[in-house]
Order: sequence, then C-alpha cells, then structure tokens
Amino acid sequence: MSEQTLKRVDLIFGEYSNEKYKVLASTLERTNEDILQDLLESGLRGRGGAGFPTSMKWKFTAETPGDEKYVVCNADEGEPGTFKDREILYRVPRKVFSGMAICGKVIGAKKGYMYLRGEYKFMVPELMRELDSYHEHAKQLGLDFTIEIRMGSGAYICGEESALFESMEGGRGEPRNKPPYPTTSGFMKKPTVINNVETFVNVLMIMRLGPDQYKKLGTTDSRGSKVFSVSGDTPIPGIYELELGMPLDRFVDEFGDGDTKAVQVGGASGFCVPRKKFKDTVIGFEGVPTGGSMMIFNSSRSMYNVLHNYLEFFEEESCGQCTPCRVGCQQLLKGIVAVKKGEKKALYLDQLMKLSESMKITAKCGLGQSVANSFSSIVNNFKEEMIY
Amino acid sequence: MTDCKSFVQELADKYGREKASLLPILQGVVARNNYLSDTCMTDIAKELDLSAAQVFGTATFYSFLDTQPRGKYVIRVCKTITCDMHGKKTIIQSLEDMLKIKVGETTPDKKFTLLETNCLGWCHEGPAMLINDTPYSGLTTEKVHDIISEYHSKKSL
Repeated sequence: MSEQTLKRVDLIFGEYSNEKYKVLASTLERTNEDILQDLLESGLRGRGGAGFPTSMKWKFTAETPGDEKYVVCNADEGEPGTFKDREILYRVPRKVFSGMAICGKVIGAKKGYMYLRGEYKFMVPELMRELDSYHEHAKQLGLDFTIEIRMGSGAYICGEESALFESMEGGRGEPRNKPPYPTTSGFMKKPTVINNVETFVNVLMIMRLGPDQYKKLGTTDSRGSKVFSVSGDTPIPGIYELELGMPLDRFVDEFGDGDTKAVQVGGASGFCVPRKKFKDTVIGFEGVPTGGSMMIFNSSRSMYNVLHNYLEFFEEESCGQCTPCRVGCQQLLKGIVAVKKGEKKALYLDQLMKLSESMKITAKCGLGQSVANSFSSIVNNFKEEMIY
Repeated sequence: MTDCKSFVQELADKYGREKASLLPILQGVVARNNYLSDTCMTDIAKELDLSAAQVFGTATFYSFLDTQPRGKYVIRVCKTITCDMHGKKTIIQSLEDMLKIKVGETTPDKKFTLLETNCLGWCHEGPAMLINDTPYSGLTTEKVHDIISEYHSKKSL
C-alpha cells in the first residue's frame, strides 16, 4: 500500500440537505441564465463516459424553439464493470430527481423520464416511493414537472441515447443517424436533454455548493469527483467516489492486489492499460476517460480470455443495423480464435487491427466505434498472449 | 394463453395505445406469462393498431422479452468478464446439476429456465444471477443450493 492515499470525496453520496428538496426549491427561485452560468463555470462534463459539457447541452436545448421538450435520465447502465448508477439510485435518488427537475425548469420541459435497465427492476418500488414524495414537493413548489420511470428489457445498446429514444417510442433499440442531435430532435423527435444519472446529481451539488467550491475538485479538464466502480482482482471491490484526474499508478497502489497486470478503464468499450503505462496514464478527460468502470486484472489472467469475453459481449449486443459493427464484431471474434488455434498466422492480427480501425470510422454509433478501443489496446500490449 | 386478449386490453388501458406504450405492454405480458406467444403478439398488434411485424420486431430485439416458452422462474447467470473470472462456470455447473438441465433449457415441470446473460451490474460481488427480477450476488455452490431449494419449495402462486 502506498503512503499517499487517494483523496476520497463525499459529494455524490453525501447526506441530503436537512430539508427535503431544499436545494431544488432555492434553485427554482433563480433565473435560467444564472443556473446555466453556474454550470458553465463549474466545468461539468457528462458522466456517462463521453464527457460532453452539460451546460452546452442544456443551453442548446433551451434555445431550440418548441413547447414540447423532454428531460431523460439515462439509467440504462450496462457497460461491463459499471454499477455506480445502481448505487446512486439506491442511496440518493432524491438528488437525481432534483437534478432532473432543475433541467426541466431550465429547458422548459414539463415531463421527465428515467429509463432504467431491466436488470434493475427490483429497485422500482423503492424509487416509486421517492418519486411520490418528489411529486408532492413539486406540487407545493408550484413546479409543473413530472417524472415517469420506463424500463429497458436487457439490451446494452439502449444506453446509446438515440437507441434509448427508439426503445421508449416502442421500437427496436437501433441508434439513429446524427445529426440531428437530441438537443433538437430526441424523444418523440422533440428537443430533449438526456444525461447520465450521475450528471444530474452533479448538477444538484453545483447548485448547492456553487461552482467555485465544486471546481476545487479535480483538474482543469476534469472537474469534480467521479463515482468509480472497482472490480476484478482487487481485495476491495466496490463503489468509490474519487477526484478526477488521478494517475493510474496511484489507483493501482490503492486498489490492486499487488500483482496487477492491466486495468481496463471505461469497461469493455474503454481502454486496457498495461502495467508499464500505469505511471503515465491519467484517469479523466485529458487522459483515459471513463464512465466509472475500472476492472483490474492480475498476472494470473489471460488477456486473450478477457478480449474473447468482450468480443462475445459486443457480438451479442450489436444491434445488427450497420454492417461494420454487425459483421466486424463477428469477424474480430472469429479472427482471434483462429489465430489462437494456429489456423491463421500471427500476422492476421494486423488485418484484424485494420478492421477494427475501419469500424471506428464507419460504424453508425458508439458501440461499433469503440470496439477498437479495447481490441487494439489489448492486442497491441499483449500480442504474445493472443498468439501462444 | 387463453385470455391474452383481455389481459392485453387491460394493459393498454393502463399504459395507453400509442406505439410508445408497446414496450411496457410487452413487459407486462412477459411478467405474467413468462413469454410472448405469437397469438399474444398479434393481439397486441390489433389492440395498438400496429402491424404484427412491428410488434414482433420490437419483441425479438430485447433479450428479456422471450418469444419462446419459459419456466416460471427464469434464471439468468451473468457471463461477463468479472463474473466469469470469479467462478461463473462453477455456478452454471451447480445449477445444471441441481436442475438437471443445460443452459437454454427449461425443466420438464416448467418451473425453471436456465440462461446466461450479459453484465448484470454486480461486478464487485460476482458471480451474480437474476431469478426473474431478483438479483443474487456473491454466489457459491452452497448458496446456489439454498436459493434453488427455496424456490423449489415455493408453492405455485
């Protein structure tokens, strides 16, 4: 264990304010410009993984003309190694609903939806109880913004925002072409803000603390704290709220089992960082971004098996709509199996690498585009394991 | 399912008859019948004024919306990386031994169906599984035995 311990933060999971929906009430008194200005100054970027500036997303949607707008909370957490949204919704659902309501006020929406993954259906009764209390308070505050929970049904791709809208509209969860972006054409083709569960909580905390206080956490490019889901070969798996912008070697010192060979940052669609690069890797938007998934592998693990597992995952979860992703995932999986068995020469890996690069450019959505992340980072760093 | 039609009507009264109500209705049927039969999907199409192909298209997209008969209790064992690393194979083996079926099969008494699924979001407590909507994590062979015995002794509701 290192002497320096990582700075633990208690922002997201911190206690509720002493009065129910107090921060929401005080925020409702403020002007929309003021609220957007605070968000801009805070530097908050989306917590689902892509890291789009939240203030911009809200501003664009607010500026799009239209009477009918929506707020959607993306709780379709499906990235392998991620379980932080479940914990947030379990421990501080009130903060999530408050954040959504603030968004509703700013963009002029009357209706919000939470799209919760089917795997978390067991949480619904508890969430409904909090939601009833929210609706009571909203009424008292004279706020015309209601929230409804919609369930997913076991499809990873529905975490992609436009696939999520398709699913909510009753269709197959197949991503749409972009543009138009949700800020102009989202749920029901209406202007929509869609944010991750954790992003809404961050908004509320910025409203409570003010941007200056919030900015003290993290680095210039990665403001605030982040909830990490730590799993794999670690003696202390679980949920940790840490400052953004930390070097990976310190993370490994704290969470590894002393024999860490690689860390998968950002889940199956993220990057695999080998031991020799721990020192130079920063976790955050300036380095390796993550939606929170941190999977640790020690030297007893075969990276071939890890990659095989990811590719099986992608092959099954690809919606099948566009050829690069549908066929690409299948061929990458077949390809590494063939190389391992000796049916193909090791050089074939270079061809597979090219295929993954093409998928990055040509796939329609983030799923197909990001397969190359884990593929190339594992194959490049652990080539021997792919061959022998 | 003899009375699928009236049940679909009930669900449509509750969730509405727009296309956006389709997923909640499909989920409602699966929650009661454990799967979507062809006739039931046709009933839904009629009730919502959609084509049967649209309903079938949506239903078959989602892994939790089964379109073939399933047991009363559907067991889905997570097979994604961390659960796999932490002994998913042993859990599958124990379940197969206890239930005397293979993955993908249903027990002859239609009580249990055993399936594998992708990440359930319990990576820190793997291996994990869902039985219908209830998650179980930190599984061991003993724990699986206890859980399945408990379900075995449940009277049909």
